[in-house]
Order: sequence, then C-alpha cells, then structure tokens
Amino acid sequence: MARTIVITSGKGGVGKTTTAAAMAMGLAQRGHRTVVIDFDVGLRNLDLIMGCERRVVYDFVNVINGEANLNQALIRDKRCDSLYVLPASQTRDKEALTPEGVGKVLEELSKGHDYIVCDSPAGIEHGATMAMYFADDAVVVTNPEVSSVRDSDRMLGILSSKSRRAKQGDEPIKEHLLLTRYSADRVERGEMLGVDDVQEILSLNLLGVIPESQAVLNASNAGIPVVLDNASNAGQAYNDMVARYLGEDLPMRFLATERKGIFSRLFRG
Amino acid sequence: MAVQTVPDSVDHSNPGTQKAPAFELRASSFTLPVIRLLALDIDAVEAELAPKVEQAPGFFQNAPVVIELGALPPQGGSVAFPQLVGVLRGLGMIPVGVRGGSTQQNEAARAMELAILGDNGRTSRAAAEPWAERAAPAASPPAAEVQAQPAEAPGHVGSLLIDRPVRSGQRIYAAGGDLTVVGPVSSGAELMADGNIHVYGPLRGRVIAGLQGDLSARIFCRDLQAELVSVAGHYRVSENIPAELKGHSVQVFLDHDVLRIEPMG
Repeated sequence: MARTIVITSGKGGVGKTTTAAAMAMGLAQRGHRTVVIDFDVGLRNLDLIMGCERRVVYDFVNVINGEANLNQALIRDKRCDSLYVLPASQTRDKEALTPEGVGKVLEELSKGHDYIVCDSPAGIEHGATMAMYFADDAVVVTNPEVSSVRDSDRMLGILSSKSRRAKQGDEPIKEHLLLTRYSADRVERGEMLGVDDVQEILSLNLLGVIPESQAVLNASNAGIPVVLDNASNAGQAYNDMVARYLGEDLPMRFLATERKGIFSRLFRG
Repeated sequence: MAVQTVPDSVDHSNPGTQKAPAFELRASSFTLPVIRLLALDIDAVEAELAPKVEQAPGFFQNAPVVIELGALPPQGGSVAFPQLVGVLRGLGMIPVGVRGGSTQQNEAARAMELAILGDNGRTSRAAAEPWAERAAPAASPPAAEVQAQPAEAPGHVGSLLIDRPVRSGQRIYAAGGDLTVVGPVSSGAELMADGNIHVYGPLRGRVIAGLQGDLSARIFCRDLQAELVSVAGHYRVSENIPAELKGHSVQVFLDHDVLRIEPMG
C-alpha cells in the first residue's frame, strides 16, 4: 500500500507545485517508487515544472473517464526511473474529478508505488478537497506572511474534518508545515513573519524552511525540479525536507542571514 | 438566495428560441436554533422561553427555529403542535420544521405545515451537493436544505471538550453546556456554547458564551487575543478590548448588563 501525501495550502502562488515536484523527485531518488499527480485540472503546471510537458498524451481525467488506462497516462521521468507523473487535463474543469474516479485511480496506483504525491490546486473548493480527501499525510505550504498563514490554518481545519480519514473516524491525517519563500533578511528587518511566529500560530510539526531563491524560478523555467540543484540553498533545503519526512532528524538550515562576500554575491545559487 | 449567472452548460446555439433560465435550484445549509422539547407541557415551554427571548430579543426576532422531538419520552403522547407553533410565533420566531419525531408526531407536524427535517447524520457534503442530484423527499423543507447544527459540530448536546487546535473557519457549538478547548483557537474560528467557554491555548478567534441568553455564562482564557468576545448577546470586538489585557489570562462576564473583561491571577 502506498502512502498518499497531499501538498496543499489554500492560498495560491506559495510554492505547492514546486514542493510537490521536489517531494516526488526526492522520494524517487532515494529509491521509492513514486507517482506525482496534478490535481489542478484546467490550470495544470506540474508537467512544466517536471519538464515533461511535451510528452503528455493522456491525462488524469482521461483515466477517470475510462478513455485511457493508467499505463497510457503515466509519464516516466527521464532522470529517475522510479518516478512517474500523472498530468492534469488542461481542457476540462475540476468537476471532472469525481470522488469515485479519484479513489479508483489512487487505489490502482497504490498497488505499484510506495508514495503518491498529490499536487493540490489553490483554494478550498472541489479540486482542493479532492486532492486532500484520500491523503495519509499533508504538507501545508505556507509563506511567512499573515494571509498565507490564515489560509493554511483554514486548510488544516478542512483536513481535520473533511478528509476520508476524518469521515471514517480513522487516525487523522499527519500534518506537516513547510515554510517557503523564507527570507532571513526580511525577517530580521521585521518585514516578514519569522519561523517561530508561524509555528506559534499554526502549532504544527515543521518539516522544513525553504529560502527564497532565484534557483526556484530558474528550475521552473528549465523544467528541472529544484531538488536536483544541490548547489542552491533551496535545493538543499528541499533535500532536507524529504529526509525529514522519511524520519531523519536534521537541523533547520538557512534561517540566519548570511554575511555575503563579493564571491558569494557573484556565484550565489 | 443569490441570483446565479447562467451556467456554461446551457445551450446558446439557438438564441431565438432559447430563453435564459429564470432561476437555478441550489442547496445551501443554514445554522438554525433548535428548540429541544423535553416535556409535552407547552405552557411550561412558554413560561421558560419567554424570559430568554426577553434577554436577547434581537436574536429571536424572526428567527427560523427547528423543533427537536428526539428527547421526548419514547411512549410520548402527542405534541400540541398548533399551540406550540402559536407560542413560538407569538415570541417572534418562525418555526420551520421538526426533527427526530415518531411517525405520528411527524404527521401532526405536517398538518401544521412544518417540514420534517433529516437527522444529524446528514453531512455538510450532502448539503452542498446540487439539489438535482438528490431525490427530493415529499416533505422537503421550504427553504432548501436546513441543517440545524454548524457544519463542523455535529449535533452535540451537553458539555464538550476539544483537544485539538480549532482552525480558522471551524465552528464548534456546545449546545446546552460548557465548551472547553485545550489547544489554540485560530483567528477566524468560532466557539459557541450555551454555557461557559474555557480556552487553554492562545485564543485568537471569536467566542460566544451564553448563546441562548444565559446571563451568568463566562469566558475564561489564558491568552486573550480574541477577535470578538460575547456573553448572552453583549459583545466586544478586538478593537474595543484594552490593549493591556491582550495576551493575558482573563475572564469575561456580565455585570449588570455590562460586559467586563477582568485579568485573573
């Protein structure tokens, strides 16, 4: 049985898809058979971040509607054999995701994989609830600013009341907090909430802190999950996140401002 | 109900004959006060209810209410619905339906044009589904789906203990008792109780004690950062809570119709 991880947030633009790609690639690189699913039907982006946009033939909705089988829709990653991508449909809307259909696809995937990473759309409507409904673990992606923190809090409430685990009275979804786009400089200047502030409000297990980095944008543009860019802070922080998820106890990095010399300015990743 | 725009699926190919639909059927859920009958003596109900309504007239004026029959003794006897409806209307309320009654009680309620509502088991999801997807029962409530309890607080009666964080957007209601929250209460969350409310984590949400008008209800918290505190309809929003009390251990209570927030120990 695979473990299903939802990457969610409520708010848009906080780094869900980047995180989903990093999480999936990180798990797969460590030898776990992983599939990452784009739930953002109609606004798909995961295929771009994963760099497989030119290989999409069938998609998630085709599989749900029985127009294609899973093997036809799954795209194997060229860099890592144990990673597959299930892209979203760009031409349908989120109503195409039925609970029965999604449940069936996840169940089938669960037979041949260790981890299923679900990239949730923004919002708390149908697409987002479908992405989280079957989850075992949730990574709540939050930026260190008040509106993102509040939206994450709202999403946590929904996770604890509207998921399958909540409805069946099973052990609740394991919730993790991931702070992204963290800028130690701006925290120091009081322009951004610090790790402790966010932790205080959300009271949640902290899975990682990803520093704001140009490397993330570069990686997205190139279609290479940033977790593969081990020269960058963000890449290393994502690697730490995956290791922590798998049970390793690592100290948080990149929380302090760095004193920048002329060389690090020039060669900053 | 808000007027909806024409959905995409409507066929516009023949604009000459195709008329835009005048309405759309939707289901929606509401939180309504429930009057839980414990005895069949309607005069006694009136005697107890009248002072409550007097305490919080704004709350009850034109308020749709649901009559809960599940707590009546099983062998029962008949409920004098005409008298009960008269009493409730006389006090300004609009009785809309009954719940949890026996077959005869439901028959009698129907005769008074009261809707027969489903039990609590009905989840918020079911209520959110489009009307057309469910077979509408013969005696549907007049105002779409009526859900008599807050979505996240399925029909709890008596005191209630919550030992997990209460998140933004969640509502918890302890009907007929006290509510204790051991963890934090986030901004945008709402706690309600007919009795007292105790919060042991930071309190950042809204708290309403004495929801049904109990003037002696109090709110106790260890770290006051609330958006709103209210006891029996008397409330204060965050802006009107003195800054020196924020972050402190306080109790909130009514003292001769004045809401007081006092530091504790």
